[in-house]
Amino acid sequence: MDDGKSTLIGRLLYDTKNILADQMEAIERASKTRNAGEIDLALLTDGLRSEREQGITIDVAYKYFQTPNRKFISIDAPGHIQYTRNMVTGASNADLAIILVDARHGVVEQTRRHSLIASMLGIPHVIVAVNKMDLVGNSEDAFLEIAKSYKELAEKLSIKDLTIIPVSALNGDNIVDRSESMSWYTGETLLSVLENVNVLKDQNQEDGRFAVQYVIRPQTEELHDYRGYAGRVQSGTFKKGDAIKVLPSERESKIAKIEFGGNEIQEASVLQSVTILLEDDIDISRGDTIVTVDNSPIVSQDIEALVCWMDDKKTLKPGNKYVLQHGTARSRCSIRDIEYQIDINSYEKLDEVEALKLNDVARIVLRTAQPIAYDPYQKNRANGAAILIDETSNVTVGACMIE
Amino acid sequence: MSISVNEASDIQREISERSAPDYLDQLEAEAIYIMREVAGQFERPALLFSGGKDSITLVHLAKKAFAPGKIPFPLVHVDTGHNFIEAIEYRDELAEKINAKLIVRYVEDTIKAKGLKEQTGKNASRNWLQTFTLLDTIEEFEFDACIGGARRDEEKARAKERIFSFRDEFGQWDPKRQRPELWNLFNGRIQKGENVRVFPISNWTELDVWAYLKREGIALPSIYFAHERELILRDGKLLNNTPVIEPDPEDQIVTRQVRFRTVGDMTCTAAVESSAATLDEVIAEITISRISERGETRIDDQQTEAAMEDRKKGGYF
Ligand SMILES: Nc1nc2c(ncn2[C@@H]2O[C@H](COP(=O)(O)OP(=O)(O)OP(=O)(O)O)[C@@H](O)[C@H]2O)c(=O)[nH]1
Ligand SMILES: [Mg+2]
Repeated sequence: MDDGKSTLIGRLLYDTKNILADQMEAIERASKTRNAGEIDLALLTDGLRSEREQGITIDVAYKYFQTPNRKFISIDAPGHIQYTRNMVTGASNADLAIILVDARHGVVEQTRRHSLIASMLGIPHVIVAVNKMDLVGNSEDAFLEIAKSYKELAEKLSIKDLTIIPVSALNGDNIVDRSESMSWYTGETLLSVLENVNVLKDQNQEDGRFAVQYVIRPQTEELHDYRGYAGRVQSGTFKKGDAIKVLPSERESKIAKIEFGGNEIQEASVLQSVTILLEDDIDISRGDTIVTVDNSPIVSQDIEALVCWMDDKKTLKPGNKYVLQHGTARSRCSIRDIEYQIDINSYEKLDEVEALKLNDVARIVLRTAQPIAYDPYQKNRANGAAILIDETSNVTVGACMIE
Repeated sequence: MSISVNEASDIQREISERSAPDYLDQLEAEAIYIMREVAGQFERPALLFSGGKDSITLVHLAKKAFAPGKIPFPLVHVDTGHNFIEAIEYRDELAEKINAKLIVRYVEDTIKAKGLKEQTGKNASRNWLQTFTLLDTIEEFEFDACIGGARRDEEKARAKERIFSFRDEFGQWDPKRQRPELWNLFNGRIQKGENVRVFPISNWTELDVWAYLKREGIALPSIYFAHERELILRDGKLLNNTPVIEPDPEDQIVTRQVRFRTVGDMTCTAAVESSAATLDEVIAEITISRISERGETRIDDQQTEAAMEDRKKGGYF
């Protein structure tokens, strides 16, 4: 916390000329009422009353910007431990994570926690920005020391693509423009990494998965027998004529037609929202998954998953019951076991844990009332993610990555 | 280093590439996915329709999401009585053309029924009162989800809101206790009386919407394009010259060639001087504009620093 995340996003937008004149004036006005007149770029994303009162980020803010080379969605996440679940919210859809380390403090517990979460979520690219270099005399030694200890940490996690950059968000050093005060640094600037990273696409193109969201049945005279299954291709591709299987019922059929916006298309690929029509009249409803016949997910009621626990009121204990939402399916489930908890500092496995508190990370075993058709998260993010919902408060209390 | 406003406004915004088609396809697919989640998870959803470009975009997306079927929820308009006539005409024609159920409820009726006190004086608007009518309408039809066209790039409180935004039984948003929203697993579970506001175009920018309208060939109300109009010049802003705006001694009546960049109530939506008569020309102007959409046109947001956040906490969408 307070290591300069919001300032960094403000700086990134400012230096790429993505802050409009009236927004800049509003930030200036708000800065004046709060401090001695220095412009606080963090106010670009810290937009809530209570955030501005306290000078902290509470919930994620989405900002949209572009450079001549790329369009970006930036998500400013809170650093305070109390709001970790909001950080998880922001990180769950990210292609790349920037983790800030305060050059004065080095790697601290929150760095370890956020790095663990980024790695569990399978974020393919991680940039560590060692910030506030201006406060350590722009010292190369200080930077190398931190880089070394971060690399040790990263080795214990499965971070695939790691870049470490010394920056000053306040002064704009190595964000968009190369730093004059750190001429010893010859690597890329932050923006240059962002513009060049290949996200094309850390998507799964192999496993054909399509969770049915809604059944379209116009029941008009001319469309009397029309039955279209509306959904989004989670992974892989589907073509007209493909042999498919419906899970969990295991019924088989062929794709008669694929439609988009009422017009026929030949093929649907990852992330397209389409409507599938089948050759046979079989019973399919929301929550069912259509898969290509030669490539099946696992269908089971017994699930093991890594979980981030997000309830600040109640703990997770074996025996507790929740609703599991996976794709478009919902099923009641009960917790069978906490296999181990992961220690945030050492990443060691802690056995014999009785309950999980807010922000704990653990591996759990659960049993669902109905079978779930899933893939392991690390192989297929879209079909391996699930949430736990508290049955009485209806709040989302757990993020599950199925193993 | 400190940053001055002059420095910021001097910077010429580079005319960047418009949204590449595949980017629009991604946004479209996401919005359709969200619409279908609403239809799949809720019993009585509604689409809040104002006749503005964002809600026109929503209706188009809903048509695509459920084709060849009809849109499986009604369009709901909270009519303040201060709307532009062109927007109202467009609303009625569209609803008829696509054979959608249109529900209109009037702020005027709520004011009478509840004996509400209207704002008076300069810049008086029904923006705040609108919430009462909206909440009454939600109660009357027992709507459990209301789809709206708000975008995160519009405003700093909206930049913080979830796509499925939980509201308590009083319609209130609690920004400090938003539900976690992970991946694309939207949690629409609620208790009776509560509801969810859903924003399928959260991740679209103003330019994305314009580029999409153009790509899809969607017609818009005429006020979005340059035309001659009689206006009130007040505090540097151009407002439609209409009796619903209380006159002020400082007002000047002028005739200008203008278009509207957003379409809200006449009392709080300003026009921009422009000669852009086609979508291409409008897009070209917005691309190089150095002022944000709401900054240029909305008077309601500028009254206090947290105007939008406060309205949302009170049940606004
Ligand atoms: N000297 C110096 N100060 C910085 C730098 N970056 C940020 N700061 C200051 O650090 C403080 C915290 O910055 P924020 O951007 O609000 O930090 P944050 O990481 O977003 O904090 P949370 O979101 O609450 O976790 C502010 O006073 C910033 O001005 C930097 O590079 N150098
Ligand atoms: Mg912050």
